[in-house]
Amino acid sequence: MDLLDGNLELKEVQKLQGHTDRVWSLAWNPATTATDVPAVFASCSGDKTVRIWEQSPSTRSWDCKAVLEETHTRTVRSCAWSPSGKLLATASFDATTAIWENVGGDFECVSTLEGHENEVKSLCWNASGSLLATCGRDKTVWIWEVMPGNEFECLQVLQGHTQDVKMVQWHPTMDILFSCSYDNTVKVWWSEDADGDWSCVQTLGESSNGHSSTVWSLSFNAKGDKLVTCSDDLTLKIWEADIIRMQSGDGYAPWNHLCTLSGYHDRTVFSVHWSR
Amino acid sequence: MTLGLINANPVVHAKKERVARSEDPHGEDAVDPLEIYDFVRDIRDPEHPYSLEQLSVLSEESITVDEKLGRILITFTPTIQHCSMAAVIGLCLRVKLKECFPPHFKVDIKVAPGSHADEESVNKQLNDKERVAAALENPNLRQLVDECLYSNEL
Repeated sequence: MDLLDGNLELKEVQKLQGHTDRVWSLAWNPATTATDVPAVFASCSGDKTVRIWEQSPSTRSWDCKAVLEETHTRTVRSCAWSPSGKLLATASFDATTAIWENVGGDFECVSTLEGHENEVKSLCWNASGSLLATCGRDKTVWIWEVMPGNEFECLQVLQGHTQDVKMVQWHPTMDILFSCSYDNTVKVWWSEDADGDWSCVQTLGESSNGHSSTVWSLSFNAKGDKLVTCSDDLTLKIWEADIIRMQSGDGYAPWNHLCTLSGYHDRTVFSVHWSR
Repeated sequence: MTLGLINANPVVHAKKERVARSEDPHGEDAVDPLEIYDFVRDIRDPEHPYSLEQLSVLSEESITVDEKLGRILITFTPTIQHCSMAAVIGLCLRVKLKECFPPHFKVDIKVAPGSHADEESVNKQLNDKERVAAALENPNLRQLVDECLYSNEL
């Protein structure tokens, strides 16, 4: 593989036109990353729409297969496919989260989640697809349970951040939720058992070697024992935890700062992702 | 606007004489701080019927350009320490400059050091692109910004 051989050059393959305003985010459909299935990803924009793009197996070029419009009334900030690839959740500044289902090539909005007081900024499905987390400028994180018939029930509203929550991310192997915020911290949310209440079990702030400005994004490595965060403070930070202990049911094991990558960026780092 | 403005009697200065500038000796690509100043000096204050220049919120010294890095820094001085319109003025500056400059130019907007009680908090909001984008989608705020940018020359 090129990356492992040290060939780290990125080459632009195609420029996709269509959106009429800033494109904020995109998401690969996980069900389409197998070799014999045409790759698909969704993009969302300030033009209030979401576009679905598919790669043609014969020509290898990307085409827009669908435009999801007339649902959100403001910027669509973020999108995420469910682990099965059957549903797409979209978060909007209009304070709602829409759930879309691919019905024979057409995407239909099958559910609308309301509750946030203002802009929803990020969302994430847990590994099994049974839970969806959303977060927003109202400083809260919501956990929704996926019920039969595309119904979504709010399990809990998590309070704790003192400012705008920028992103939420579930741990790749366990149902532990992470959120990062304009309040410069990352919070870890945990529930003892399946029916229990969620609470904040750890806050990664300045006193734990955390960031000194807005934390915009976080990402786990495939194994889930390392976490990287990126911030308006121009740095990236790597954190680690004793996953084995947590997976063996021995209770919560805290995340510890491993190192800080500084001097590489001279402006805000908005996004980070660990390769698989 | 409502009655009882916080700063009801601002100090108003005469508009500085505009100098006709000759052909830019550095060529078309050069970004002249004075050119940028010309774009923003007449933006109207949200509370008072005067321009930001007349109220000394902005001056020629407000703008610094780093052409190599593609950055513009604008520093503005609210008329009083507890100016509630500082964020609005910042938004006006952002919108105006977005119209004038290609996207690869990064613009940082800050209140002059020591000029505002919530300096850090205002600066953080003004330079958070997501917060700025969301604020500009608010119709009331957008209308206020548009009034400041497009009201007739005084």
